[in-house]
Amino acid sequence: MNKLLREIYNNGIEFVRTFGAFQLFFMRLLRHSPGILIRRFDLVIMQVFNTGALSLVIIMVSGLFVGGVLGLQGYSNLARFNAEDSIGVFAAFGLVKELGPVITALLFAGRAGTSLASEIGLMKATDQLSAMEMMAVNPVPRVLVPRFLGGVIAMPFLAAIFSMIGLFGTHLVAVELLSVDVGAFWQQMQSTVELEDINEGILKSIVFGVAASLIAVWEGYNAIPTAEGVGRATTRTVVITAIAVLIFDFMITAVML
Amino acid sequence: MQQTRSVEVGTGLFVLLGMGALFFLTTQTTGGDDFSADETYTVEARFENIGSLRNRAPVAMSGVTIGRVTSVKFDRVTLEAVVGFVIDAQFNQIPDDSDATILTSGILGSQYIGLQAGGSDTYLEDGSEMLFTQSAIVLENLIGKFLVNAGSGGED
Repeated sequence: MNKLLREIYNNGIEFVRTFGAFQLFFMRLLRHSPGILIRRFDLVIMQVFNTGALSLVIIMVSGLFVGGVLGLQGYSNLARFNAEDSIGVFAAFGLVKELGPVITALLFAGRAGTSLASEIGLMKATDQLSAMEMMAVNPVPRVLVPRFLGGVIAMPFLAAIFSMIGLFGTHLVAVELLSVDVGAFWQQMQSTVELEDINEGILKSIVFGVAASLIAVWEGYNAIPTAEGVGRATTRTVVITAIAVLIFDFMITAVML
Repeated sequence: MQQTRSVEVGTGLFVLLGMGALFFLTTQTTGGDDFSADETYTVEARFENIGSLRNRAPVAMSGVTIGRVTSVKFDRVTLEAVVGFVIDAQFNQIPDDSDATILTSGILGSQYIGLQAGGSDTYLEDGSEMLFTQSAIVLENLIGKFLVNAGSGGED
């Protein structure tokens, strides 16, 4: 009994310690961010390419099909109330406010987050980070900060592209396939969706971008420097990002509503 | 060097596409601004009930949008809703005894103000107040009235 309590206590302390270390790590990245943005922007561009441009294919294909599914589902449900004209509103709200940022963040964690975590973890396992320190190069601003910033910059763009392609997917299914009136589709959307709704989506994608990049970089940097450790760090990146994104999504929606 | 160049081109394309998407979302999915005028004049109207009329709702005459609601306030003395709206300055020959009605576009549509031309020789101008207004039809009230009528009809 006593042993069990001690175990729980130790685990609790460990959890709080990790959480605190995570916050301090975030602060460290933020402190180096302005300097890197000004002096080594080329490194950031490289990472925007790695995380953003290389994720385009998965984002666009997923967006098209998610939009198409929204069209099918929305049509069959709205048709019961003779309101299939409102499908544009339905799809736009769904994509811009929820599905765009959330699914993009989940795909981002799977596509870019894992590659960040395994890359950094492998650098650590092969002593590249230690080698940098030996040469008096701080690996935090040189390796971690550009990757973090690259993800943060890429994420809002990816989410916006996802939403836009998704709307085209809905248009394709609803207007071309199910012959909803094209005028009603866009007109109703335009008269209902407000700029605040778009802003909510952008805010979410920025928050998710920070969360996903931060978790990926953190997991990679703290990976146990073995093959197994890197593999575990990659898995944890996806799991933790998914949970964090969904919790943040709930909180932001609750506050903005 | 070729490597960096292709990275830069790729990143540039990605960012441009992203900005294009943001631009598309902010301009094509919102607003539906069929009304944009450089010069406008402001008119006020008092309603007993405005239903769910919102800011930026259109003001239409014969079905054509000629203005936009800019403010919805409540008068604490007369206990009426005061709706302010702007009208495109080129439509400056609207009789000042025209009446303003709150209408609904479609069954599930949003509400807008419809103007019906009057016969006066003087026209609405900046700061005028509409003389004749009709409130929004609230569905619950309508059903309530109908039920009361049906009920009293049944007793006869």
